[in-house]
Amino acid sequence: MSTLLLVLATFAASAVEMVEALTIVLAVGVTRGWRATAWGGITALVALTAIVVVLGPAVAQLPLAALRVGVGALLLVFGLQWLRKAILRASGYKAQHDEDAIYRQEVAEVSAVAVTSAFDWYAFTIAFKGVFLEGLEVAFIVITFGSSQGRIGLAALGALAALVVVATIGAIVHAPLSRVPENWLKFGVGVMLTSFGTFWSAEGAGVDWPGGEICLVAVIAYVALLAIGLTRVLTIRSRTVLLPGPAATS
Amino acid sequence: MSSVRTFGRFCYEFVVGDDWTVAVVVVAAIGLTALLAHHGVAAWWCMPLAVTASLVLSLARAVRRP
Repeated sequence: MSTLLLVLATFAASAVEMVEALTIVLAVGVTRGWRATAWGGITALVALTAIVVVLGPAVAQLPLAALRVGVGALLLVFGLQWLRKAILRASGYKAQHDEDAIYRQEVAEVSAVAVTSAFDWYAFTIAFKGVFLEGLEVAFIVITFGSSQGRIGLAALGALAALVVVATIGAIVHAPLSRVPENWLKFGVGVMLTSFGTFWSAEGAGVDWPGGEICLVAVIAYVALLAIGLTRVLTIRSRTVLLPGPAATS
Repeated sequence: MSSVRTFGRFCYEFVVGDDWTVAVVVVAAIGLTALLAHHGVAAWWCMPLAVTASLVLSLARAVRRP
């Protein structure tokens, strides 16, 4: 059960971040050519893999209780931030992530800079930064999630599967994947990160959950219902309060 | 020095994010949970309660902003 959730969570988190990275890579590649852009993306993926390979086993060497408190706290803070953004987007308080608009803005920005050398370092840097920064959250989730369950390989497999799926679809359609329900994926990942973070941090702090591991299911259900309830409340509020307009997409 | 500061800011934004109250509530709740568990109290309810409080507080702050 928790193994399936582990793979699903890393897959969904990776898919969301890879869709965002793909938008940047496509904008740079289409505008400035593919050679430097591809090198930038590949170099970032190698750097992210190195982070997981080096930090993963090192983190796994920590004592389990300390690991679960530390990892649980980080996952909890991370998960609550994802959930907070997803709730604000779903209830209309924050603009939905619009990949088409981001793509157009990115194309306009990278077109404005002239190519000055045989190898386009600007395209390389933008592609590297896009893939690396979006992927850093995924690397973080893979390390924390995987090490707490002693299954970093499995967590990395979930992330790799998402990378293959998103890259393949991106190569076929050659356009930003604007139809991916990013907000709902973020909502789901936020629920899972928050639930696992709650469960592990309490366990690491010395708590015995009623019913043991099975209580994790109840925690997931509680967090999901809480998030859905808060979304409903804020949706009703946003309809009754005159809003000046959604905030800018981050 | 500025690169250290930049790295520190990046780490802060990466981990803590948009609302620092989330991190503060989480750390305080873990401390309280550990304290209660150390004294033999069944403190499993403490973290779900903290999650609820943290999320409600953070969302309230977000929607109240101009």
